[in-house]
Amino acid sequence: MIVAERKPFDEIKSMVKDCKKVFTVGCSTCVAVCLAGGEKEVGILNSELEIARNADGNPIEIGTATLQRQCDTEFLLELKGKIEDYDAIISMACGAGIQFLAEHYPDIPVFPAVDTTSIGINKDVGVYEERCRACGTCVLGMTGGICPVTMCAKGLYNGPCGGTNLGSCEINKDQACAWFKIHERLVKQDRLQNIMDVTPPNDWRNQIPRTTIQPAYKERCEEQKA
Amino acid sequence: MKSGSNLEKVLTNGHFAFTGELGPPRGANIEAIKEKAKFLKGNVDMVNITDNQTAMVRMSSWAAAMIVQELGIEPNYQMVCRDRNRLAMQADILGAYAHGLRNILCLSGDHQQFGDHPQAKGVYDIDSMQLIGMVKKMRDEGKFLGGAEIDTPPKFFIGGAANPFAEPIEWRVHRLAKKVAAGVDFIQTQCVFNMDTMRKWVHMANDMGLTDKVYILPGVTPMKSVGMAKYMKSKVPGMDVPDEIIKRLQGVDKKKVADEGIKIACEQIEEFKEMKGIPGVHLMAIEWEHMVPEIAERAGVLPRPVL
Repeated sequence: MIVAERKPFDEIKSMVKDCKKVFTVGCSTCVAVCLAGGEKEVGILNSELEIARNADGNPIEIGTATLQRQCDTEFLLELKGKIEDYDAIISMACGAGIQFLAEHYPDIPVFPAVDTTSIGINKDVGVYEERCRACGTCVLGMTGGICPVTMCAKGLYNGPCGGTNLGSCEINKDQACAWFKIHERLVKQDRLQNIMDVTPPNDWRNQIPRTTIQPAYKERCEEQKA
Repeated sequence: MKSGSNLEKVLTNGHFAFTGELGPPRGANIEAIKEKAKFLKGNVDMVNITDNQTAMVRMSSWAAAMIVQELGIEPNYQMVCRDRNRLAMQADILGAYAHGLRNILCLSGDHQQFGDHPQAKGVYDIDSMQLIGMVKKMRDEGKFLGGAEIDTPPKFFIGGAANPFAEPIEWRVHRLAKKVAAGVDFIQTQCVFNMDTMRKWVHMANDMGLTDKVYILPGVTPMKSVGMAKYMKSKVPGMDVPDEIIKRLQGVDKKKVADEGIKIACEQIEEFKEMKGIPGVHLMAIEWEHMVPEIAERAGVLPRPVL
């Protein structure tokens, strides 16, 4: 899932300080699972804002909706006719959702209420850990299912470096050395041969937004372009 | 000859190589470089010029290397992958060569978190292995990494690092083999204190035929004090300082600890002179440049060959 954490309240409050009416939009997918921007978190933020603005003697009117996904036009259209009278929208979706919402309603300022941090896993209740940097060239088959781009502090493709510290990364004893783990797992699987050859420089060509078209939809997409 | 550098000549002519190190100043202080350089001149075959070592900003390694070269000492231009992408690296490699630099040491670099700008974005566009391959491609194929022809390719003697003491130990010789496959000409190792592990690693490298393909220069660092030995043992990742070294330093009169450190270093150098597959050593006298003449003298590596 995409992992996010809510921004500090003062930052959110400051972004909407000139607004009298705001509309908070939650997202029921990734950010709801990681407890950052689902329906519950929307309710909490709205209450905080109302209390704080009342205390300031500057009350705020807040509208609310939590969409299934803010990264999908189908769900974003549900907001049509509900938000046009508001001074601003606060989005609690990930960075992708916030942008897509802003793209659909370009006349209204959109403010982010969360910081999107990573693509990660649910490690424990409320604990999430990054596992993927979306580099676009997955090497997990070679590296025994451990990502060197994400897990190695230097993102090495031919590790481990000389700073590996008894299985830990040189930057932090609590952080495992990705390449130590990769070596360990490949030995267990008898696949050490995987990493005997030099891995060539990666293609980092991801500077413009990358588009993914699933094979079954390629034809349709080309027809639409034509 | 691949590069015609002094180090390459020393090694190919079968002399036991002796290289040193000089860290550029934290400023534009040329005098600081000159002060350190005077102790190295004539006592070593080549001097490593570090590249923002420990991720602290210093004078750029190519610039300091050029100053050192003007002083009549051959530099080993260090380049780390932390601070620049493949475009900047190749541009610097061309410029360094155009200004007469002939040795390069390709390193990953200490992580930026250790330095004085922990907020910096680590680049690591390519890693040290890939950097070695890139410099070789530029030299031997006359092509940039992207494939285009180079007008006057840079001909460097290509160095890399190896740490025989970091986990997983059994993988280390294979990583050396990867660097050889990538195109490295010489290796300078992490500071050697555990001679047992070092002997085993060299033995494996011999058995795998690697020492026929690459010149391995073990890193020798004389201990200045018991505190330094303890610090290196416990605080420096990837460093293996056996208790015997610390005990030996503790066993002498306080005023003689540094002398004992030099003695240990010289004993190591004597063993390396006799060790199969080892054609020289790399002396890392950290912030102790003024002791290099004495260490070189006591290690019996003077005079240095003039080729």
